[in-house]
Amino acid sequence: MVLSRKTKDDLIRYAFFLTALSSIVALGLIMLYLFAEGLPIFKVVSVKDFLFGSLWYPTSDPPDFGIFPLIVASLAVTALSSLIAIPLGVMTAIYLAEIASRRVRDFFKPVVELLAALPSVVIGFFGMVVVAPFLQNAFDLATGLNLFNASVMLAFMSVPTICSVSEDAIYAVPRELKEASLALGATHFETIIRVVLPASLSGISTAVMLGMSRAIGETMVVLMVAGGAAIIPTSIFSPVRPMPSSIAAEMAEAAFRGNHYRALFAIGIVLFLFTLAFNLIASHIAEKHKQVGAATL
Amino acid sequence: MNPIALTHAGLAGRHRTQKIMWGIFGLASCVNLAALVIICAFLLVKGLPAISWSFLTEMPRDSMTAGGILPCILGTVYLSIGTMLVAFPLGVASAVYLNEYARPGRVLRLIRLGINNLAGVPSVVFGLFGLAFFVTFFGMGVSLLSGILTLAILVLPVIIGTAEEALRTVPQTYREASFGLGATKWQTIRLVVLPAALPGMLTGAILGLSRVAGETAAIMFTAAVFFTPSLPTSLGDSVMALPYHIYVLATAGTEIEKTRPLQYGTALVLIVLVLGMNLTAILYRAHLQKRR
Repeated sequence: MVLSRKTKDDLIRYAFFLTALSSIVALGLIMLYLFAEGLPIFKVVSVKDFLFGSLWYPTSDPPDFGIFPLIVASLAVTALSSLIAIPLGVMTAIYLAEIASRRVRDFFKPVVELLAALPSVVIGFFGMVVVAPFLQNAFDLATGLNLFNASVMLAFMSVPTICSVSEDAIYAVPRELKEASLALGATHFETIIRVVLPASLSGISTAVMLGMSRAIGETMVVLMVAGGAAIIPTSIFSPVRPMPSSIAAEMAEAAFRGNHYRALFAIGIVLFLFTLAFNLIASHIAEKHKQVGAATL
Repeated sequence: MNPIALTHAGLAGRHRTQKIMWGIFGLASCVNLAALVIICAFLLVKGLPAISWSFLTEMPRDSMTAGGILPCILGTVYLSIGTMLVAFPLGVASAVYLNEYARPGRVLRLIRLGINNLAGVPSVVFGLFGLAFFVTFFGMGVSLLSGILTLAILVLPVIIGTAEEALRTVPQTYREASFGLGATKWQTIRLVVLPAALPGMLTGAILGLSRVAGETAAIMFTAAVFFTPSLPTSLGDSVMALPYHIYVLATAGTEIEKTRPLQYGTALVLIVLVLGMNLTAILYRAHLQKRR
């Protein structure tokens, strides 16, 4: 049978459409299977006790499935790493977009990209064998594997994200705004602080959200350098056990479809919801405050 | 700008502030450079003594405290290439739909939302999904195939993103010229748009490849194991992989100190592989931009 050109073209278009749906299907399946494997834990422990229980002893008898220390650890690590990564990432972005000469920029951009490309296991390994002993000696700690170490390592993983997304936002600031500021006698620095940054704030916020989403979901670094103690941290040098490291460390020993296994999937749900929230906020900001010329300011 | 502040500070002072801030911004950029250089230099210095021909081409011996890392290298290569064989066609086809066919509207917004959120899913959650879906539900077990399919989903957003970027650089006039000659949409895409966008897409493929090669959490439950007595021969075999090998040697077992040289060596091999692929992609992209 010979198809007409029109029919053939329509069929092909349809095939491309179906392929394009694969990402949504994948996302849907991920949610479906996380929930299917994780939700049954709530027959054993209530949602409230699971989220706010302060004891995580999944293998004792009777087991305790309270993930509050893990959630606090994840949030603490993310917050502390953001404190380092946001200034570093945004300042680098400003430098690259506004100040650096073309040649300097052509050198630094690949540097940031290569930093982003470093496998997380290598960064975790570096944190273990170099940063941990250093911290232990410098601050006279029981262990160098702790919240602070993990946060520093994570910061270097989110800097590239924050930097490149912020840089795009700074580039997108209309030229006439900057020229107007300069013409009024402001210095270049004053223009950046008073005009460029406010105008690109939504883009920078998106960048920050994406960077935090990356930090909270990052597994290998926290698994290797956070210390692994499921307690609520009392100082920035406390060893902690963020959610991803619990999942990664314990899945191998959890009995298939036992309560521990279910609880780990339920942690996966919580983690997934956290990153989903960060990403939705990021795309919401990006969508709502899309910069299209000076008129929308 | 507050006019009083302006007169107070004086022009010289304001320029000095600017100079100081320029220094701080420049310093921030240099911190990134320093982090990259320190990590790479450290692994180079510590890892290089461990590298030898036999390290790269032999099986591990004496319960992984001696010998080489051949099965890890092969495992990582198989995983990466297999993943790209699945993800590249899927990603490119998705990008073609998004960039060439789709009209703005609810469906397009939904698909983009899906891709953006898929990109944000933590890799350990991909691992959980792979375990529940491929390993268990489809009964593929902890195998090369489960790992490849899990990683393919993980890397899909990267491929789509770079492929779309490549498609956008194809000038609209190319398409119009093709339509003007009477070609259908598909002929235009196949014969004009895709060939023009292919180099850019390859850059994306290399970046995806390097991302997959370094990925650990997603293969922990789906493909990677501590040790295999022989090299993988089929898609049903579980494999050793470079990133997982580093993790295992550095954290598990009683011989952590004794195997340090092996850990440094494995980490060096991994970053040479990953950064090498990235540098290739960056240089290739620069070459393409110059030509344009």
